[in-house]
Amino acid sequence: MTVSGLRLRAFPPNWGARTAFVALAVYAAYAFAQLDITAGRLAVGMGEAGRFLGRMWPPNFTRWELLLEGLLESLQIAVIASALGILLALPLGLMAARNLAPWPLALVTRGFIAFCRSLHYVIVAILFVKAIGFGALAGVAALTIASMGFIAKLFAEAIEEISMKQVEAIRATGAGLGAVLIYGVLPQVASRFVGFSLYQLDSNLRNSTLVGIVGAGGIGGTLFAAFKRFDYDFVAAILLAIIALIFVAEVISSRIRALLR
Amino acid sequence: MNALMREWQRFTPAERIGRWAAYFIIVLALIWALRGIEIIPEFLADAPEQMLDLLARMWPPHLGHYHPAVHEALVETLHIASLGTLFSFIFAVPLALMAARNICPYAWLNTLAQLALVTSRSVNSLVWALIFVAIFGPGAAAGTFAIAFRSIGFVGKLLAEALEEISPGPQEALRATGAPDSHVILKGVWPQISPAFWGVALFRWDINIRESAVLGLVGAGGIGVVLDDAINFFQWDRVATILLAILGIVILAEILVTKLRARLI
Repeated sequence: MTVSGLRLRAFPPNWGARTAFVALAVYAAYAFAQLDITAGRLAVGMGEAGRFLGRMWPPNFTRWELLLEGLLESLQIAVIASALGILLALPLGLMAARNLAPWPLALVTRGFIAFCRSLHYVIVAILFVKAIGFGALAGVAALTIASMGFIAKLFAEAIEEISMKQVEAIRATGAGLGAVLIYGVLPQVASRFVGFSLYQLDSNLRNSTLVGIVGAGGIGGTLFAAFKRFDYDFVAAILLAIIALIFVAEVISSRIRALLR
Repeated sequence: MNALMREWQRFTPAERIGRWAAYFIIVLALIWALRGIEIIPEFLADAPEQMLDLLARMWPPHLGHYHPAVHEALVETLHIASLGTLFSFIFAVPLALMAARNICPYAWLNTLAQLALVTSRSVNSLVWALIFVAIFGPGAAAGTFAIAFRSIGFVGKLLAEALEEISPGPQEALRATGAPDSHVILKGVWPQISPAFWGVALFRWDINIRESAVLGLVGAGGIGVVLDDAINFFQWDRVATILLAILGIVILAEILVTKLRARLI
């Protein structure tokens, strides 16, 4: 009895994965052609990139007052939008949790949350700028909508995972809805809620540096204006300042998260 | 008797002071932000009326605008998102391999790769788009590169984390047979991270669909260009059509990703 006729392979070929890779390669070639991205254009772009970087260096910090003003406004937008978003997300999350709310309410709330989340915050910011005028208020409104959707979704999911025993125990004492929520539900999800809020504050800070591009306040407006004036050394200064701000915020929030754990 | 009457407290005094300090800082930050921010009271009072007016102008959406201009822009957006995601992997996979401490033994290379990934993540895709519009000129090429460069950091970070969590057993077994590095990666590492790999790819593609819809606002191609034009011309029924198209594509992408993820993982 020999098995010489059979080719034994340690690893059988995975045809599914191979087909998927070939399909992706074919798609990439097709999409490159569709979008008119050619080697010649890339070569020109590389030259332009060199020139661009050359003009960005050295970063020009002489207008640091303008820069600081923009950064502080971004920070203010982020703080207010996070606070409003967190406050609004609390009732929405409770209403969207299918184990607590009656199902028609949960369904409607879920639809509303999904709607808030599916439009990009920059698009929401444009609409608010058109409706309520230029300035930080539009940025606050746009980021509030985004934060509300994000936290409410995660909060609802967290509530759906809680143990119902404690809720039933509180209910059995004859407690009303408020007492059930405060003593049965919230203690189980409070730490996760704080985690989501912290994460959202972090991402609001990133996003608030951006909504200015469409006129909704913060450093983004300064950045966009500098780009339009081909003021690339000031652009470099603004970008460095934004990266530094985000980096500091990330360090602080990871410290706080480590403290909470 | 006295011992029974003792009052129990949930937190130690130090914890209580810490909690109050945290609340105090939060309130202080809020007050600072509310006092500092420039909000024009007339705009705030006017806001609900203006919002309703805007919605009234948008309704009903003029669906006749969809074909052909909006449709073509939507397809372009899809191409930008998909191609950008694919493109990001060319850079993200090597960077992730370099950043994972159990794959790449050189500490300086780990740090360098981490630094590249952090830089990519710190710059928002809209800012990347501004940069690439300055380099390539307006159009879909700039959008594709913006999406790709923003995705590198995200994909690379998650892949590196997945790589660091794999079990070293299969790698050691393959090394013991005398297999070269490429075989160790392909048969010892890849099978362990492939679910994470496809999960990250789908997740990022879903995000990129949303992000590529706004890149056009700075001239980087896709449906954002059409949206910007419609807003500048105050064609609000057209704006509504475009927003519905974006909403539709985002929801479709999310459903597709959920289905694919359930099958793959």
